[in-house]
Amino acid sequence: MQYLISVIDDRTGSATEDEMTAIRAFNEQLVADGHWVFAGGLSSPSDATVIDGRGDGEPLFTDGPFLESKEYMAGFWVFEAPDLDAALKLAAGASKACNRRLEVRPFL
Amino acid sequence: MNDVQEAVTRAHRGEWARVVASLTKRFGDLDIAEEAAAEAFATAVERWPADGVPPNPGAWLTTTANRKAIDRIRREAKRDDKQKEAQMSYGEPPEPLGVIDDERLRLIFTCCHPALAMETRVALTLRMVGGLTVPEISRAFLVQETAMGQRITRAKAKIKAARIPYRVPSAEDLPGRVSGVLAVLFLVFNEGYLATGADTDPVRHELTAEAIRLTRLIRGLLPDDGEVAGLLALMLLTEARRTARVSQTGELVSLDEQDRGAWDTAMIAEGHQLVRERLATRLPPGRYQILAAINAVHTSARDARDTDWSQVVALYDQLARIDRSPIVALNRAIAVAELDGPEVALAIVDKLGEKLSGYHAYHATRADLLRRLGRSAESRAAYDKAIEHAANTAEIAYLTRRRDQLA
Repeated sequence: MQYLISVIDDRTGSATEDEMTAIRAFNEQLVADGHWVFAGGLSSPSDATVIDGRGDGEPLFTDGPFLESKEYMAGFWVFEAPDLDAALKLAAGASKACNRRLEVRPFL
Repeated sequence: MNDVQEAVTRAHRGEWARVVASLTKRFGDLDIAEEAAAEAFATAVERWPADGVPPNPGAWLTTTANRKAIDRIRREAKRDDKQKEAQMSYGEPPEPLGVIDDERLRLIFTCCHPALAMETRVALTLRMVGGLTVPEISRAFLVQETAMGQRITRAKAKIKAARIPYRVPSAEDLPGRVSGVLAVLFLVFNEGYLATGADTDPVRHELTAEAIRLTRLIRGLLPDDGEVAGLLALMLLTEARRTARVSQTGELVSLDEQDRGAWDTAMIAEGHQLVRERLATRLPPGRYQILAAINAVHTSARDARDTDWSQVVALYDQLARIDRSPIVALNRAIAVAELDGPEVALAIVDKLGEKLSGYHAYHATRADLLRRLGRSAESRAAYDKAIEHAANTAEIAYLTRRRDQLA
């Protein structure tokens, strides 16, 4: 079972040196314990482009995110975990390591 | 009620959670478990009058529910999902036993999972563990039936999709998770004891009784947990005074004016026994145990005047050390008023105004203290505020009479 852990922030690439060190240590532990799938930081929503290729004509490109909000997904993890309790426990460690609020959502 | 109906009712109260839990364990799906259990009870209502009540109703219901669940899965499996049928024939692989191996306990911990909103936990516990119908739960919490149905459906979907585990938490997580379960049960009890809303009875006995029944169930499953015992004792000692607490005209009767002869002596004896049992362990008590002890002091006095107020204040001091909430401070002040007089208590209460200005009991307490100090005009204003914020009809009637008695 995989879970998407979104890092909630209102800035991009804002992690301090100490936070980056904590995140790296946390990630190494994830790999060692077999929970690691993928993780990454995302550039700011202002860099986003929304694409609509549903019509018959040319796809439509729109500058900006699909949803404007003060806080957004600034990065993410994908954990492999047997159930929500395990995912929540890992996410609690992740939140401590990156010093941000997180959202946990299961993959279908 | 005839014998068969009584047997069905008794089986429903006693066996519902067990049937749902055993089906959840087998099929790994709350929806299937709940629907099959409901079908099994419906079948019992049809068949028992003609065939007679089976010698072991619980086993009969579980077998019937299992058959209903398999029928249902077969029907669904034919349409799309072959995977479920595989699961049905081989079952889940055996997993290591938790701290306590009782399926009903797993069910309770699943329904009270911290990833669910508190109101959802309450609704789900009443439905899956208590066996209350959705209309019953909606009535109890003054919510539209469709909204309550959706809330329960959403919760079951989240449990499935997010994989909220069906198990008793590990030993290290258990204390934290039990406290969430107890909070759910206390919420159910309080909604029964101090029902809100103009159209409901001031006391919803079916809710207090259900909360006590579920807490007894947890107590049977976790006999060594002090807070479980404490909460059960607290509920029993509160429930024991239920009939004396509201007058025939629907007005709240305050503790000092209650007819103590009308209290339920069996419940009080059981509550006292639990409190003594906890005291004997000499372990530091938690919130519910201290609240139970306070209620034990109140229910020990034959007459309100004999109440050991210094003991009550000492217990509130102990409670305030572990729970710094202003509501605890307010209740402590009420006891202080009996021991040191209303003036000392009022000084404490007035300091709580900022945090409690929207809480009816804060204004009611001030009103009472001001009345005792002869400050009628201020007291009247405080009663007005208390009435404005109160939601229980018996309490409003009581506060209104007290206000109108003022000069």
